[in-house]
Amino acid sequence: MTKILIIIPCYNEGNSLPLILEQLLHLKLPAHFKMEIAVVNDCSKDDTKWVASLYPIILLDLLVNLGIGGAVQTGFLYARENGFDLACQIDGDGQHPPWELIKLLDFYDQTKTNIIIGSRFLDEGGFKSSFARRLGIRYFHWLNKLLTAKNIYDSTSGFRLFDKAGIALAAEKYPDEFPEPASLVLFSKYGLSIKEVPVVMSERLAGKSSIRNFKSVYYCIKVTISMLFIFIRKKT
Amino acid sequence: MSRIQVITIIINCVFIGYIARLITKGKLREEYAIVWCLCTFILVLFSFWTKGLNLMSKIFGVFDPPNLVFTAFIFLILIYLLHLSVVSSKSQHSITRLTQEMALLKEKMKKGDDAEQNN
Repeated sequence: MTKILIIIPCYNEGNSLPLILEQLLHLKLPAHFKMEIAVVNDCSKDDTKWVASLYPIILLDLLVNLGIGGAVQTGFLYARENGFDLACQIDGDGQHPPWELIKLLDFYDQTKTNIIIGSRFLDEGGFKSSFARRLGIRYFHWLNKLLTAKNIYDSTSGFRLFDKAGIALAAEKYPDEFPEPASLVLFSKYGLSIKEVPVVMSERLAGKSSIRNFKSVYYCIKVTISMLFIFIRKKT
Repeated sequence: MSRIQVITIIINCVFIGYIARLITKGKLREEYAIVWCLCTFILVLFSFWTKGLNLMSKIFGVFDPPNLVFTAFIFLILIYLLHLSVVSSKSQHSITRLTQEMALLKEKMKKGDDAEQNN
């Protein structure tokens, strides 16, 4: 039996959360998987906490807003403490259709890869987001290739499956502020295998991206700096 | 004693009094107060010892004594700012850890309560 924890970081996503939770709770996974869902409420100002408490799920309620990295890390800490074999991050805004999770799990069963990323660029179709954002993603693809010598096309995708080694590392050292691209440098530095699986994403139902001004060069500079420092930091 | 000397000395006295008040009220930790006390001490020293500044600039090879004051203080302020950034980064990290631990504990307690109710 493989225990899997679904981590849903939420900031003001009370509107889209019910749909995604319904879909997840009705999802039929292959028989040897046992799924639990953890909603991490990152100090939302709307009724996210109340909405989440209506469902039979684990609610991790943060008293201080930690941002996406800190919120997801809380989920990994829970997964590590409670002995989960797999953890999957899914955004609470409906961008990641839950049934695509099965593709990631299938791929895990076949390859036992440490980190599996659901990527929207390997296949045609689905929602691809704006031009500026795609440009940014191409830049991070290049930077990641430079720092990790790996081809990861969708490095900003938050749809990811972690195995036990990935959970342990993420619980310890998951980057604070711009976790998606930066964590890839971290994982490859510690020798974890990273692979991509094509998934179809949809447009967000409600809520806002944590990368609100992706257009601005500022975000790119911040992420670049954080990636470079993770790259040169000593392993401890 | 020139007018500017009297003014600086009075301002220094008020400043050090204020720092002392902050410490006794518990609003400023002693470790941070050290820097402020040191700065005040240097200012007091030079307001009494007027020739000191000229002597110092000669030692450092600075042409105009006031420039030495500005350079030295800007440098000190920069270093102190960096130190404060480090301190605030550290406390931010602690807050993150505390918040996460709290969330995990709350969930654990809720689970315990639910199990009790079921029994």
